Amino acid sequence: MRLVVDLNRCQGYAQCAFLAPDVFTMHGDEALMYDPLADDAQRENVRKAADACPVKAITLDYEDLGAADGKAGASRVG
Amino acid sequence: MSVDGYLETFRREGRIVVVGASLAGLRAAEALRAEGFQGTLTMVGDEPHDPYDRPPLSKQVLLGKVPADHTLLARRRPIDAQWRLGAAATGLDLAARRVQLADGDAIDYDRLLITTGVRARPWPHELEADLDGVCVLRTRDDAVRLHHRLTAGPRRVLVIGAGFTGSEIASACRERGLPVTVAERGPAPLVGALGGVVGEVAAELQRAHGVDLRCGVQVTGLEGDSAGRVRKAHFSDGTAVEADVVVIALGATRNTEWLADSGLGAGPRGIACDAGCRAFDVRGIVTDDVFVAGDVARSPHPLFGYQFLSLEHWGNAVAQAETAAHNMVSGSADRRPHLWMPSFWSAQFGVNIKSVGVPPMGEQIMVTQGSLAEQRFTAAYGYQGRVIAAVTFDQAKWLDFYERQIEQAAPFPPEFTTVDRRTEGLQPVPAGFPDPSLPSHGPTITLSGHSPTDRRISFTPRRA
Repeated sequence: MRLVVDLNRCQGYAQCAFLAPDVFTMHGDEALMYDPLADDAQRENVRKAADACPVKAITLDYEDLGAADGKAGASRVG
Repeated sequence: MSVDGYLETFRREGRIVVVGASLAGLRAAEALRAEGFQGTLTMVGDEPHDPYDRPPLSKQVLLGKVPADHTLLARRRPIDAQWRLGAAATGLDLAARRVQLADGDAIDYDRLLITTGVRARPWPHELEADLDGVCVLRTRDDAVRLHHRLTAGPRRVLVIGAGFTGSEIASACRERGLPVTVAERGPAPLVGALGGVVGEVAAELQRAHGVDLRCGVQVTGLEGDSAGRVRKAHFSDGTAVEADVVVIALGATRNTEWLADSGLGAGPRGIACDAGCRAFDVRGIVTDDVFVAGDVARSPHPLFGYQFLSLEHWGNAVAQAETAAHNMVSGSADRRPHLWMPSFWSAQFGVNIKSVGVPPMGEQIMVTQGSLAEQRFTAAYGYQGRVIAAVTFDQAKWLDFYERQIEQAAPFPPEFTTVDRRTEGLQPVPAGFPDPSLPSHGPTITLSGHSPTDRRISFTPRRA
């Protein structure tokens, strides 16, 4: 699953690093590093991380925004 | 005749071509569809890859934590576009409304968006630039090559240029345990973007992490061995260093050559456009069918004296693309200006550096919170008695406050008290920017043009 973090918005709250540590890691006290192509097994963790971000800096691909059926596709025009 | 009728027809069955398929081009295409554009959308890109994100290339990717092909950009929505990837645009016929491609094809448009961005400035000496081991870092393919070089375990890496990219590359090298020399023509790293006071902190940071930092020197020549591999660099102070990887980090060049004979107001500084992202032609007349966004654009900003700003900033590419897309499919009364607050970040040597506003306009700087020596601080820049920019080292949470200060043209030195104010923050000092007339690769903001007056303005950006 693809994701992108707006690091202008990110203030290093590190909620994502707690909720999806295989995808998001803190580098030093404040800088965030992440894998923009997370393993599909991380889908739920990444969704939780995106929901928990206090500054809403994490954008998931529209295909991953749908419900847990994971089949969101062309019919979803958000 | 109803022009509005034309707009409705255009929105329904018009042809939009986006030249430049990176961050700005992709976000513009998504915004065009979100705004209800139903016509034909063609995306032209010189690279063979789908749109990808560049900031990770000098960080996660160089560190080997994330493969370069993991950087494809997350999509906000489907865009139903025709993709012409790997086909660079080579010419523009404004009268015929036609884009010429390198493969011989031509594409007609009703409205055109140019988001061709910038490329890494190459080493000026061509024979030396061709030596095996001499690299740049801008594209995904560049990152793959450089990562490969670093993994091979070079004896020493030389980074030429200590702007943000050069500094991040040096940081990655040190984290990988590689010996690295950084050569910078200016007096300190990041001096063009953040000035000498902050540049000194960046220099300390580099030295503390084991970088062989050499400021105030130029590289006068690169030397190869008999097999054509780079092995040595010579400096203007008479010294030399042996290195088998040399990374040229001398800033960027705007991709405007393909517009040279088009009649568009395009040149080495980018493409001039109005606040609504409409390109100027060489006569200084604004076009109504050619729009510009991202790193290649230069547009006037009311908050900074209506100077034309060229911003090589990720957030600017996104915001300007959204504004350009909106304006491309809107009538003149519904258009909106691009009034983005310049903002950027850089992660290097374990420190998160962030900034808002236009630091190079700053005459003075004042450390309002924290301490330079601790490499954790917030500093405000002042210009003619107002706050014009701010920078933080590992204190990003304060930046929103300073953004409001800049928008409100708040007085400088700041009249408020702050937590964690130290004695060094009691008085402003000169910000220490180099003479802008001297050549430099550093700043990520280029100022040009001038203001008719310097007036205090009230600035309320539109929030999407």
